[in-house]
Amino acid sequence: MSAFPGWQLPALGCALAIYAGAALAGAVAPRRALSFVYPVCAAAAVLAAAADLSVFFTQANLQAHLPIGLPTIGLHIRLDALSAFFGLIVNIGVFASSIYGLGLGGSDLSKRIEPFYPAFCAAMNAVMLADDAYGFLFCWEIMSLCSWALVVSRHENEENRKAGYVYLVMAAFGTFALLCAFGGMAGAAGGYTFDAMRANHLTPLVSGLVLAAALAGTGSKAGIMPLHAWLPLAHPAAPSHVSALMSGVMTKVAVYAIIRIVFDLLGNPQWWWALPFIILGAASAVGGLLYAVQDQDLKRLLAYSTIENIGIIFAGIGLAIAFKSSGIRYGAAVAMAAALIHSLNHSWFKSLLFLGAGAVLHATGRKDLDGLGGLIHRMPKTAFYWLIGALSIAALPPLNGFVSEWLLFQAVLVGPVFPEPILRFLSPVAGAMLALAAGLAAACFVRAYGTVFLGRPRSEEAGAAHEAPAAQTIAIGLLAVLCALGGLFGGFTAYAIGPLLTSLAGASLMKLGDGPTPFSLIAFDQGRAIYDAPTIALFVAISAIATMVAVHLLANKKTRRSPAWDCGFPDASPATQYTASSFSQPLRRVYGGIVFKATEDVDMPGPGELRPAGFLVRYSDHIWRYLYLEPAGTLWSVSKQFNALHFLSIRLYLVAMFCTLIALLIIAATWM
Amino acid sequence: MAATLESFLAQGAQMFLVLAIAPAVTGITRRVKARLTRRRGAPLLQGYRDLLKLVRKDVVLAENASWFFRTAPYLIFAFTWVAAALVPTMASGLMFNWAADVVALVALIGAARALLALAAMDAGTAFGGIGSSREMMIASLAEPATLLVALTIAFAAGTTRLPEVAQFLINQPIELRVSFALAFVALVIVALAENARIPVDNPITHLELTMVHEAMALEYSGRHLAMIEAAGYLKLVLYISLIICLFLPFGMAPIDGGPVAWAIGAVIYLAKVSIAAVALGVWEVSIAKMRVFRVSEFLGGAFIFSFLAILLAFLSREVLR
Repeated sequence: MSAFPGWQLPALGCALAIYAGAALAGAVAPRRALSFVYPVCAAAAVLAAAADLSVFFTQANLQAHLPIGLPTIGLHIRLDALSAFFGLIVNIGVFASSIYGLGLGGSDLSKRIEPFYPAFCAAMNAVMLADDAYGFLFCWEIMSLCSWALVVSRHENEENRKAGYVYLVMAAFGTFALLCAFGGMAGAAGGYTFDAMRANHLTPLVSGLVLAAALAGTGSKAGIMPLHAWLPLAHPAAPSHVSALMSGVMTKVAVYAIIRIVFDLLGNPQWWWALPFIILGAASAVGGLLYAVQDQDLKRLLAYSTIENIGIIFAGIGLAIAFKSSGIRYGAAVAMAAALIHSLNHSWFKSLLFLGAGAVLHATGRKDLDGLGGLIHRMPKTAFYWLIGALSIAALPPLNGFVSEWLLFQAVLVGPVFPEPILRFLSPVAGAMLALAAGLAAACFVRAYGTVFLGRPRSEEAGAAHEAPAAQTIAIGLLAVLCALGGLFGGFTAYAIGPLLTSLAGASLMKLGDGPTPFSLIAFDQGRAIYDAPTIALFVAISAIATMVAVHLLANKKTRRSPAWDCGFPDASPATQYTASSFSQPLRRVYGGIVFKATEDVDMPGPGELRPAGFLVRYSDHIWRYLYLEPAGTLWSVSKQFNALHFLSIRLYLVAMFCTLIALLIIAATWM
Repeated sequence: MAATLESFLAQGAQMFLVLAIAPAVTGITRRVKARLTRRRGAPLLQGYRDLLKLVRKDVVLAENASWFFRTAPYLIFAFTWVAAALVPTMASGLMFNWAADVVALVALIGAARALLALAAMDAGTAFGGIGSSREMMIASLAEPATLLVALTIAFAAGTTRLPEVAQFLINQPIELRVSFALAFVALVIVALAENARIPVDNPITHLELTMVHEAMALEYSGRHLAMIEAAGYLKLVLYISLIICLFLPFGMAPIDGGPVAWAIGAVIYLAKVSIAAVALGVWEVSIAKMRVFRVSEFLGGAFIFSFLAILLAFLSREVLR
């Protein structure tokens, strides 16, 4: 097989070669010259995105076979609509991050970052192309290792080393789980190409085990609870443009993997496959936000919010599995559309928010919410774009986060037609959890935006901040435009993914122009559910502008400045402002007691005492304690016990071997 | 074409109807409260006079206020107004009712709320933060409850489009459904909380420890304050209309009603809104305000009620639905 069908595969191959070349050149280039990596990566991203876009719209299914890799299999490559869709997510994210990288100055460049960055981008693209288990796992592992190298790039910091360690352990666990999953699908015959896996029919027990392993492998990379523990440590530890890629894009590679495995390789879905997706997805959606809404670190807060969004995507996938297995194709199409569109949307607004956080970190040197404030005056562009990102992620119309949220609620509403009672029960529970997550997301991002960008500066650094370099504001602005367009033209996105939905779920969502306007987003049919973002946006814009003009012309347009009123306490110190911790106190009182066992200790000095008052909040993270620390501790103590076995005398080793032999003989004798 | 023009005018009429009655609805409630506490009370037109007074005054901006602080009032007003205009009130099939279904409507209210909570933090004062933080805590329970109520009714009607929901309920024989009753209680609790009414918030107090909504609007003055106040009036009408549309749509004109039917529908709608406003006044004088941290229990109740409602609607057979 020498011929590559179409121009897209060679184009993607070129892009991969450019990425790889940039990585190699970065490894030998002097540190000062390393910034060449970013324009090269941006160019490669454009090339790769063009190929992905073309395959996505032409519905091409391009395959190739290269004689490299394992001797018996070689390397199988395939680019179909699903790969192209997620490849597009990857390359748009890479493009924005690379443009942002153009603004990085001399001291930001490092031999520990720039050579790994293109390799990371290449690996994420390559995962999408793999059509056999060996190629897939190889690229997956390269992706994990490159991102690990980027996480520990600032290794002077103790916390980053810890983050890198936890990430490495979890990444190894994830790859191991995926290895088991592919092994199960390949079966005893060992057909490691994806085509062989498609043809392989598994017993329910094996398919259940494969599903569990695949969920563990992809869930640990995507950050689904309770496998999320590494994510809030590792994502913020990387440089911000890499955080944007890890949170916005790499998690989508994991989403791609689970969709590929469940909807393509594993055969017809069973209804009970949906259960772990819906339960863990809904739990992650609420759980991630409960952490995010308490967190004091801007980047870690964004990482926790990634867990929430991945939860929403997994819940959508779960509903799609449930509908597909029950033969309700339309429901499956709506749920799958919600999951796919949310993957796209999340990659945009999460990249935007991380890049914005990077700009803030660069301008002030801080990422603790309680040390920032008032940046809307000093970083006006970043502040405006971040506002769009925050409102998008809070799922407010007419921005893009709401499109996928709306579709998901429409899918929940079909729940009562499930034949299985447990699914009928789970769909409103999932709906309630997702509704709760939507409410909490608004609180979380009002808090984050309010403390970072609004109000008065809480530290000298925040007061002396400056706007980010032009390349960085352009990258952030580009993503903000995408968020706005994605919100207004959600109907078009839903139409565009129609063929992909048909192949995954068995039905497509809508045709363009079904609704009253060409931009309507319709679920099921237009008598049932319809949402028209441009019409609403137009109404809001007209009402707002008309009111403003009318008030200014007919009444009074004079404005005076004076100190803030604040109920009669003007000119108080900026320390009297509400901080992020005080903002989350009511929420902590409501939710924290149950979820985190949060306790508040107030230490109030008596009259006449001169010591300062104190206030201490204690949390305990049950998941970290019971699922990570305690098993790790047990493992450690057990291995310490066995450590003594390393230092026995030769006689004891011989006795041990003899006893083992006897034991094996007895076992063999009784069983044979 | 004539039909299009007619329905266009009807949509316009509804848009101005909700705006026109909004201050009066709050006026009725205030008047009822005053009478029940043996005061004379302000005339019904006081709300209009207040707005007129405010738009004529100069704006005094806090020194730290940014462009966001000045833009937000208009956006808050516009979001609330559009949301109020999209709920079917006098007739069920107005021209733009389709643009936002009930899920989108809840999100539009959420957008207005988020903008106000953000604007409150812009001046950099202690009280703005208090109000904003409490409002978002309340909303984190109230918004999911509203959504679940909406989904419960939408499920029964088989559509999330409000005109169809109203039409479905009108054509339905009157019967008691347990899920609807639970949903009704939940939505009433949410409406009280969202409109900053007793027992969640007291609309007439500036007592620092208890303020929620007023604390957010504290730094606003002049035309900006007028916009916030008008949005507040509209929000009350919006919630009353939503309750009417989801639970008591009887008397609403049909989709192709024509001007006469619309006029009758408008009269019936106004009567229902007035009754609701009087009931709100009676309710407010009969109970006391809660402590802020009891509010979460009250709203948690609403969330549980709405959750039970949707569970019953999804799971049970005809009897309990």
